[in-house]
Amino acid sequence: MALAIELSGITKRFPGVIANDDVNLAVDAGEIHAICGENGAGKSTLMKILYGMQSADEGEMKVNGTAVNFASPGEAINEGIGMVHQHFMLAPQLTVLENVILGAEPMKRGNRIDIAAGKEHLREVGDAYGLTIDPDDLVETLEVGERQRVEIIKVLYRGAKILILDEPTAVLVPQEVDELFRNMRELKAAGTTILFIDHKLEEVLEISDTITILRQGRTIATVKPGDVTTADLAELMVGSELPTPETTESTVTDEIALEVKSLTVLDDDHRPAIDDVSVVVHRGEIVGVAGVEGNGQSELVNAVVGTDRVQAGTISLLGNDITHASVRHRREAGIGYVPQDRHHEGLLLDAPLWENAALGHQTKAPFSSGPWFNRAGARERMEHIRQRFDVRTPDIDVSAHALSGGNQQKLIIGREMSASPEVLIAAHPTRGIDVGAQAAVWDEIRHARSAGMATLLISADLEELIGLSDTIIVMYKGRLVAEVDPATITPRELGSFMTGAALDKEVGS
Amino acid sequence: MTEQSTTRRLMMQFAAPVGAVVLSVIASAFILMIAGSNPITAYGDMLRHAAKLETSVSMINRATPLYISGVAAAVGFKMNIFNIGVEGQYRMAAIFAAYVGGAVALPTVLHIGLILIVAMAVGGAWAGLAGALNTERGVNIVISTIMLNGIALGIIAWLVRSWQAEGEIVVVGVGTEEIDDSGLIPNLNFIPEFFGDIRSEELTGVLIIAIVIGAAYHVLLNRTVFGYDLRSSGLNPLAARAGGVPPKRMVIIAMLMSGGVGGLVGIAEIMDKGRYNPNFVGFLGFNGISVALLGRNHPAGIAVGALLWAFLDASSDILQVTGAAPKEIVDIMRGVILLTAVIGYEIVRRIRVRDEAAQAAARLAAVPA
Repeated sequence: MALAIELSGITKRFPGVIANDDVNLAVDAGEIHAICGENGAGKSTLMKILYGMQSADEGEMKVNGTAVNFASPGEAINEGIGMVHQHFMLAPQLTVLENVILGAEPMKRGNRIDIAAGKEHLREVGDAYGLTIDPDDLVETLEVGERQRVEIIKVLYRGAKILILDEPTAVLVPQEVDELFRNMRELKAAGTTILFIDHKLEEVLEISDTITILRQGRTIATVKPGDVTTADLAELMVGSELPTPETTESTVTDEIALEVKSLTVLDDDHRPAIDDVSVVVHRGEIVGVAGVEGNGQSELVNAVVGTDRVQAGTISLLGNDITHASVRHRREAGIGYVPQDRHHEGLLLDAPLWENAALGHQTKAPFSSGPWFNRAGARERMEHIRQRFDVRTPDIDVSAHALSGGNQQKLIIGREMSASPEVLIAAHPTRGIDVGAQAAVWDEIRHARSAGMATLLISADLEELIGLSDTIIVMYKGRLVAEVDPATITPRELGSFMTGAALDKEVGS
Repeated sequence: MTEQSTTRRLMMQFAAPVGAVVLSVIASAFILMIAGSNPITAYGDMLRHAAKLETSVSMINRATPLYISGVAAAVGFKMNIFNIGVEGQYRMAAIFAAYVGGAVALPTVLHIGLILIVAMAVGGAWAGLAGALNTERGVNIVISTIMLNGIALGIIAWLVRSWQAEGEIVVVGVGTEEIDDSGLIPNLNFIPEFFGDIRSEELTGVLIIAIVIGAAYHVLLNRTVFGYDLRSSGLNPLAARAGGVPPKRMVIIAMLMSGGVGGLVGIAEIMDKGRYNPNFVGFLGFNGISVALLGRNHPAGIAVGALLWAFLDASSDILQVTGAAPKEIVDIMRGVILLTAVIGYEIVRRIRVRDEAAQAAARLAAVPA
């Protein structure tokens, strides 16, 4: 079979890191080819090089047998390569059609956009690839899966024959993943070559024809899905066995650590972002909050931490009402916080590590006594965090942005854990970190749990939620729609609660 | 390895400002040559002049208010607040402090203390207004401080005029009442006189206040929880808030402090003249911003910046006397220094980030997972 893409000896260096080191990749025309690897293995860099967003330092690229060297995505598009990014690039206030033709508008006389021609072409593309969508729908009314379809159509509309999908399933619930895979198979049947990045191994085995594994910037292996198991893939990816998030025996006590009662929080438009939500977390318990992003989980976290204003309801910590307490008061009273975005809320990127170690705890020992900040105390604590939590750094005086994502996350976890919180609010504690660091974070949470720490865990990783939690609650459109037992539920069932599908059924029956 | 990297870090720190000065000397030399002056003669005149004891004293006198102004700006900068209003704050503070100082008769310590407190209170209040507008109404501090500068100048012009209208229109002697000697900070002439004759120059006693402010700023910033809160708010306001730092209160306090320090900028002039008059020295607020930028908001760096600016001021004077070069060359040098230093700092920052990332990555590679 002809090769759609052939990469040989691709090397790309960034300051201090080799993102791609002699990468070789051969993709047959018309196949679905998965690129697997841990975070930081070089998948995204490789795709960016292929799409002309970055240029390789060394190596050769061939598309359909011709040597190419793209200086910009525009050139890649001309060669029939299209990329769907993980973060959608759509204008929500425009219709599907308007989004699709944006930047490639069909024109008619008088320098006007030929809407009819655009619609016709869009319909042709949809028919050819079996992708159905109403061109007049506003993008803001679409579900995540549908938006993704719009992105794919956008690329096909521009004549792409080779599709790059960057972690397309990361934002989808299981049902939507099924739909995506159906679409991908139809695209393949229509002759499209698909390259997709993923690190959910079961999905990879299900959909792909060929799998190439990257590890530390190098191509480790190219395998066929029939010849390997998920465990084999995992081992290829990390070079060791994959840990699981499972917690062992229950350590739940009947002592209430955090109690949220009938909580209502309004969003910027004064509509309820959280509506009458009640949650109880006992000492030694991990309560997982499941939900598709944007269904009130972040508002719940912010309300408990104290950065969002509460409209109605109460929050109490160890029996004390903290509904209107300041963030500082709450932190001092024993709330630990792992924010969902470490760069946003978690770190002072330009400050040295030892200053970061104090953030959120600066009013307590060992970081201060009275009004005085204790630099020696902060340094000592950072040294402790570095050793105990294996933060890989040349020294504790480097600034936080010098660290890799996983090490930054370990620093945050270490900072919160070494303050021995009564209640830990952990939002996506292992998002974007590699498997090794992930296991370390899970271990820490489990360890502190058995010592009596109460945890409110928000995660988009359903395996993590099910594996770690003692109880799982599901949020949908700002409401608590279900409480499930992680011991018996499957990710698929959880997914149907998260999309409201199960809820509709219940209401209907 | 750590020691080596510390040395390297220190060297990098100084590379940008030193490079900026060198570059500006070279650039200005070219400009002087194009303008038909001999740069060597001009620089020679500048250095010879600066080497005189009385010039050194005069440079310190000029640097003192600049330093205070630089610290005032730096307090805001540390929190990512651009307080452009030190100009208006110090002028308002000065006229009220001079007015109060001239209106009362008190024992020395109380008299001086009262003048300082009034200056800080007025400066703080004027800046606090901008802070409150920001936290309560979301008004951008850059905009509000610029406008408050205009308002301050207007109020002062009106006050000066109203005093003038009392009697006949005269230039000499117009302004606030003379402050009694008990309200004037004594000079520090005994220090330079130890080295030789300083002629008619007097070393301002406000130098002591400037040094105290610098030390207090350093301690506050690096050794207190409040300083940590302030710096973290500046580095990442969202992370600081999640870490328990109340954002609005920090804005208000930072503005009060910046304005409070800014209120002391005009004290040296009041002590020198004994009153506020229409020729009161201007632009100290704006020059303070330059000095803070040049000194990277560091207490010692600001001092170096203030002295450099004062040196260029003194050079401007001497160039007019000797005629070796047009005095405007000094402004060109200032501009070049500031621009290259700010660019240099950013380059150094990027190199540092890259270095550290490389080291951290090397660390990762050395200890395989």
